[in-house]
Amino acid sequence: MSEWWQGFLDDFTLNFIDGNRWKFLVSGLGVTLEVTFLSLLVGIFMGTIVAIIRATYDKQYQEMRPGFGKSLFGIINGIAKVYLTVIRGTPVVVQLLIMYYIVFASSNNKVLIAVLAFGINSGAYVGEIVRAGIMSIDEGQTEAGRSLGFNFVQTMWYIVIPQALKNVLPALANEFITLLKETSVSGYVALQDLTKAGDIIRGRTYSAFMPLIAVALIYLVMVMFFSMLVGKLEGRLRNSDH
Amino acid sequence: MTTKDGSVLISAKNVEKHFKGKKNTIKALDGISLDIKKGTVNVIIGPSGSGKSTFLRCLNLLEIPTGGQIVLEGVDITDPKTNINLHRQKMGMVFQQFNLFPHMTIMKNLTLAPVKLLGKSQQEAEQKAMELLKRVGLSDRAEAYPSQLSGGQKQRIAIVRALCMEPDVMLFDEPTSALDPEMVGEVLEVMKELAKEGMTMVVVTHEMGFAREVADQVVFIDEGHLVEQGTPEDIFEHPQSERLRSFLAKVL
Repeated sequence: MSEWWQGFLDDFTLNFIDGNRWKFLVSGLGVTLEVTFLSLLVGIFMGTIVAIIRATYDKQYQEMRPGFGKSLFGIINGIAKVYLTVIRGTPVVVQLLIMYYIVFASSNNKVLIAVLAFGINSGAYVGEIVRAGIMSIDEGQTEAGRSLGFNFVQTMWYIVIPQALKNVLPALANEFITLLKETSVSGYVALQDLTKAGDIIRGRTYSAFMPLIAVALIYLVMVMFFSMLVGKLEGRLRNSDH
Repeated sequence: MTTKDGSVLISAKNVEKHFKGKKNTIKALDGISLDIKKGTVNVIIGPSGSGKSTFLRCLNLLEIPTGGQIVLEGVDITDPKTNINLHRQKMGMVFQQFNLFPHMTIMKNLTLAPVKLLGKSQQEAEQKAMELLKRVGLSDRAEAYPSQLSGGQKQRIAIVRALCMEPDVMLFDEPTSALDPEMVGEVLEVMKELAKEGMTMVVVTHEMGFAREVADQVVFIDEGHLVEQGTPEDIFEHPQSERLRSFLAKVL
């Protein structure tokens, strides 16, 4: 037993203490969180816009007066649909590589590229979540807003979107957790996130167990932590469910 | 508030609303013309599915008529070039299902539109809202959320919300149909008050008592047509058409 314990301690020291290798994990964790949060912001921004376009199309297109505006809106809706299809129909790793090697071939700001790639990817999923939220709001809410004199955008902004986001907040939080884990492929473009950090240590110490299990545990703790926050949030939303 | 001087506030001219189905076209409204005079209470009655709600919703373009014109204070609001949002501010609307905003307090429900659309300060808007809340006896519920109110209270708040925009006309779409019987009275009471003050009103309702007591003009719509119009006495005591007679026989 003590022999096993000694081996464990040696392994731990080799992987994390020697050469201050734990610092890889800390900076990697920082990158992972940074990319995740920023991607989430991009994703919610893009997702909400796409959701408004798609929901408006579904609800209003038939009723719109014919003309330039209607044609233009038809085209915008088409673009949104293509975006959803392409992003959800291809692997995120491939999207990340395309961003890095093709779209931003001249840039070397890896964090920015990763944020854009993951954000645009997440936006497609957020878009469908928020669209479901908008569609779940009773038509009477829109009519009440319009009858007071609010235009379409104001009605969306003050009345529909706040209720829709509240309804889909748990689903959005789950998307955030998914995103957190998805950023682990950042290493493909040589961005040193948490996963890459563990891999770097493995490459230096030729010992796989310790760094990879450590990385897995850190992800697990973060996911559990955020899941707990989501649970609290849901509870609080239910309490104020007026 | 407006007073009766015989001038026409809303003029509906030959309004049509056709829904195109796959096989046939449904004519929800088939050419209805009606003048709403300032300061009058106009009650629209008719069997369900007759098009009376559709007609009311056409007046503020919640339904866009497929033909005809709606002229509000001399402006053709069915003209695509008209800014309908500005004209809707002058037409308060009360719905069957109340449609209060559930994520806002009552006070926020009442002040949102005046602040954002009329450019009032929050304080100004709240003052006006409070004044109106007092009149409907709900000043103590300003900080409550809609879900904490009864149906009758919700509908009274919905009326106040529309009044906060200081409209020239109020449209009521079956305002008591979703209420428990014991709450109908309190809502009708508020509407009667409003009528007394000279508000121009267009009311779609099944409350024949209200029509008889308060209306200046009663309009009977059936199958998308305006079948008969007149004073309550004309309509209820001396119905001309067979359709109106059989309708009244069922509801009275």
